[in-house]
Amino acid sequence: MVGILEDKDRIFTNLYGFHDWGLEGAKQRGAWNATKDILSYGRDWIITNVKNSGLRGRGGAGFSTGLKWSFMPKEVKDRPHYLVVNADESEPGTCKDREIMRHDPHLLIEGCLIASFAMQAHACYVYLRGEYVFERERLEAAIKQAYEAKLVGKNNIHGWDFDIYVHHGGGAYICGEETALLESLEGKKGQPRLKPPFPAGAGLYGCPTTVNNVESIAVVGTILRRGAQWFAGFGAPNNAGTKLFCISGHVEKPCNIEEAMSIPFRQLVEDHCGGIRGGWGNLKAIIPGGSSVPMIPAEQCENLAMDFDTLRGLGSGLGTAAVIVMDKSTDLIKAIARLSYFYKHESCGQCTPCREGTGWMWRVMERMVTGDADPKEIDTLLEVTKQVEGHTICALGDAAAWPIQGLIRHFRHEIEDRITLYRSSKSNFAGHTIAAE
Amino acid sequence: MPIAKVNGVEVEFEPGMTVLQVAELAGEEIPRFCYHERLSIAGNCRMCLVEVKPGPPKPQASCALPAADGQEIFTNTPMVKKAREGVMEFLLINHPLDCPICDQGGECDLQDQAMGYGRDGSRYQENKRAVEEKHLGPTIKTYMTRCIQCTRCVRFSTEVAGVTEMGMISRGEGAEITSYLEQAVSSELSGNLNDLCPVGALTHKPWSFNYRPWELTKTETIDVMDALGAHIRIDNRGAAVLRALPRLKEDLNEEWLSDKSRYAVDGLGRQRLDKPYVRKGGSLTPASWDEALNAVAGKLQAITAEKIGVIAGDLQDAESLKAAKDLFTSLGVKNLDCRQHGEQFGPVSANTPRESWLFNTGVAALEEADVILLVGTNLRLEAPLINARIRKAWLKGQVQIGVIGEAYDLTYDYEHLGSDAKALKDIKKGAFRDLLKNAKKPAVLVGTGPLSGEDGAAVLSLIASEVLAPYNVVREDWNGFNIVHQAAGRVAGLDMGFVPGEGGLDTRGILNGKLDVVVLIGADEIDTSGLKDSFVVYVGSHGDAGASVADVILPGAAYTEKSGMYVNLEGRVQIAERAVFPKGEAKEDWSIFRALSSKLGQTLPYDSLSDLRRALITDHPTFGRVDAKPVAKAFDVTTLGVKGEIKDGLLASNIKDFYLTNPIARASVAMAEISAVRSTPLSLAAE
Repeated sequence: MVGILEDKDRIFTNLYGFHDWGLEGAKQRGAWNATKDILSYGRDWIITNVKNSGLRGRGGAGFSTGLKWSFMPKEVKDRPHYLVVNADESEPGTCKDREIMRHDPHLLIEGCLIASFAMQAHACYVYLRGEYVFERERLEAAIKQAYEAKLVGKNNIHGWDFDIYVHHGGGAYICGEETALLESLEGKKGQPRLKPPFPAGAGLYGCPTTVNNVESIAVVGTILRRGAQWFAGFGAPNNAGTKLFCISGHVEKPCNIEEAMSIPFRQLVEDHCGGIRGGWGNLKAIIPGGSSVPMIPAEQCENLAMDFDTLRGLGSGLGTAAVIVMDKSTDLIKAIARLSYFYKHESCGQCTPCREGTGWMWRVMERMVTGDADPKEIDTLLEVTKQVEGHTICALGDAAAWPIQGLIRHFRHEIEDRITLYRSSKSNFAGHTIAAE
Repeated sequence: MPIAKVNGVEVEFEPGMTVLQVAELAGEEIPRFCYHERLSIAGNCRMCLVEVKPGPPKPQASCALPAADGQEIFTNTPMVKKAREGVMEFLLINHPLDCPICDQGGECDLQDQAMGYGRDGSRYQENKRAVEEKHLGPTIKTYMTRCIQCTRCVRFSTEVAGVTEMGMISRGEGAEITSYLEQAVSSELSGNLNDLCPVGALTHKPWSFNYRPWELTKTETIDVMDALGAHIRIDNRGAAVLRALPRLKEDLNEEWLSDKSRYAVDGLGRQRLDKPYVRKGGSLTPASWDEALNAVAGKLQAITAEKIGVIAGDLQDAESLKAAKDLFTSLGVKNLDCRQHGEQFGPVSANTPRESWLFNTGVAALEEADVILLVGTNLRLEAPLINARIRKAWLKGQVQIGVIGEAYDLTYDYEHLGSDAKALKDIKKGAFRDLLKNAKKPAVLVGTGPLSGEDGAAVLSLIASEVLAPYNVVREDWNGFNIVHQAAGRVAGLDMGFVPGEGGLDTRGILNGKLDVVVLIGADEIDTSGLKDSFVVYVGSHGDAGASVADVILPGAAYTEKSGMYVNLEGRVQIAERAVFPKGEAKEDWSIFRALSSKLGQTLPYDSLSDLRRALITDHPTFGRVDAKPVAKAFDVTTLGVKGEIKDGLLASNIKDFYLTNPIARASVAMAEISAVRSTPLSLAAE
């Protein structure tokens, strides 16, 4: 046996696309099985079970999915309810949702139906990342199959009128932020909204809306079929369930793998990825949850459980569980500088700290890559990241600040060495006071 | 009422207020750039961060956060100070340090707040961002590198001005504010964008590089460019009036001002009549006051009163009208008229109610109206700020609007019910009838255009019988009849009865009556072709149409050069203050008539402005209530107008070119430029 999770407990049994993605294949693997029965238990049962399963949002923030659903108004009043599925998977390193959408789309569609029923929504929008053209075609084909089989649509066999629409985004990272996504879906410029009001109160077109990640929705059908206790049985307390990990970077075989939560990092890479390139001793650092969380150095990776709470305790986060592995050949400063460029490029420009701060941070990082900086600037940079963090409308400011904070926290000596090296290569280094002019 | 604590001090507040408003209630000043009371909340500058308990352990944007009962708000903790300093540093890293050459310098929010939250030096070592210049038309000078992307201009133009032309393109650092395809901003309220801009990105183009704000003398006064009587502040340096800015007046202009009221002030320095002239040998030659007054007095004494006519213009203050009326009435002149466009309404008989020529609903109360009918008016030009009010009410979604007359782009949706007098009769056949019938607060706004033709009285009578009477628009508790005046001096003239006496000639009659002497008091918007054989006396401030046909010119003062009473279209008496002295030898208008009266041996019984005002208030008590909208009583609408034939054709506004409607505006270079851009088709304007 490799890893912790046994094959019988996998939710995404066609993650690699070896089998039929279509309706027939999906049904054989369990999708759409007893969906009507699930709905017949009522929405309170569904929400309670999703809560009890311990499912935490798979989009990065890790907020309890069942709890989020329960924030929706209990009664539909003058405004309809909506479910919006966030398929704008743009976090660097993350590639789990696309596998779901192109190889197991029916799990997602079924999840949409169940979630919409639980929140009394008759319409669901899937906001798809602009670059996901093939995924859109596959998802639309699957939705067509579901309509033809009367699984969804008006007067479907489940007795809950339900329409599902795919909206293809323009390819902006910021549109993965839930309120920017709603703006974009409404046809406006993708800029995050001020909260409050939260989408559960006033979301899409001002109506109560829940925005969920693809993975969060796609696992719901299986959880309810196999029982909340089954799902809650995996992982450490409060970090339940199975999770798709996307391991990239300096491992022998980068892969997507569904595993139990809280799996030790070392077991994850050695069982599934063939280990670190050059052996475990060659590990330098990992970014455990997509590009936006602070990195973790190798010495903390030895017994690292991959779950929300452990990683938060280390000052990082599980995020989307996209693990970026970096071995000792990595120029960490350059790696983080590239991420800084990404955030500078993707900042929407609406609020001041992020608009101005991301560019500043990136420029300083670029100089630190060559070492053309003053050692004092490391502290200035750290302070700038703190000035951005927590002062912005959405979390993109935080996401831009954290990788740099992680770098300085754990690898400050490397930056200092780089600056010293740069200065030593200059035969007559004039000192920063003159260099600044 | 809920109670919150601001820095430990308990404050009661209205439910629905934001944390920023509550903090201000407690007397705490919150720095801000993007937040503006009259615009939607953007929350993007992040300058107003405060600490709130209970809440997340990070500072919150107070402008967007609803206050809650029991909340604790902290505005002076180290966390708040640090957060604001951080935001200020970010704002400044890409903001050019060109305050010494920036027109906003001295009245710049960024400059002021940098004093409180800025660092002493910059830690930013990289190059500053430069942003390409934009061309936003003749009123807005741009320097976009200074822009801090607060989007106030975008929100103002979209929400208040109702033109969706401004926006932010690109994202992140590359975000730029621009107009759609970089076309000139077409709104007649565009000057307010410059006021709203908290930095020097948008400044007043007509006034660029003319002044530093701290060297100007400021005078709070009243605008006369339209009949609204907006509250303004005139800034002058020495004798030169350099700018006009809006003052806060909730009942009238809120804090906005139209481009004409704002930018026409450069006309106060051009084309001025600064000494008396007398026509000798066919050409006007400078003369002394004595010479000029003797010439007029001699002429007036030589003929009978029936052969004298007096027309007063649009910008006259009440005092000069009163002095002129008293003087010429004492001479027995009955050919008096203050309605130079030929308006067919006013105190036609002794018991005509004042409400018949007023904007009775009131500007502020228009927001309460549930049905508004516009008849023959292009409100966007005749009263831009009243139009903005209607848009405001329309945005709240509680008002239905109908239009009879030309279908203009009024910045809100309306039902076009027809364009001629027949449409008035057809109201009862259409769906709009039910709206009017069920309206709790209907308002009918009638432009002066259709009422100024020879059939004007008939049109008014038709409006009364087809709209006002059947739908009970004028009620005891709600008077929905409104005349949209365009002239600042008109209501004062009508209030004091500056209209033809028994058997006297009105404007049309005077202009075509082959009279011997015609006195034009600032009257320039008239057809002067009938005055060739008359002896024309022009009293006024600018060398315009009237002065060009004059035989004697008696130079008067413009509205910034005299203290004068103006009555706005609501009937609100307001007092304008003098900012500068009249040009050269020019005198305040009332004193010209006073001087003339002594030459004629009919000395007027007042020696000072206060004596004159006392006489005015004694004779016409309505002038005694200053700065209060009169209570509009119900009146018998059937007395309005005179039944008669109505010519076919449009019920059209009589504004040909909004930016050139009076002598001051016609003398203004800024107005000429704006007029050239905005009155020609867009395809031409683009270049």
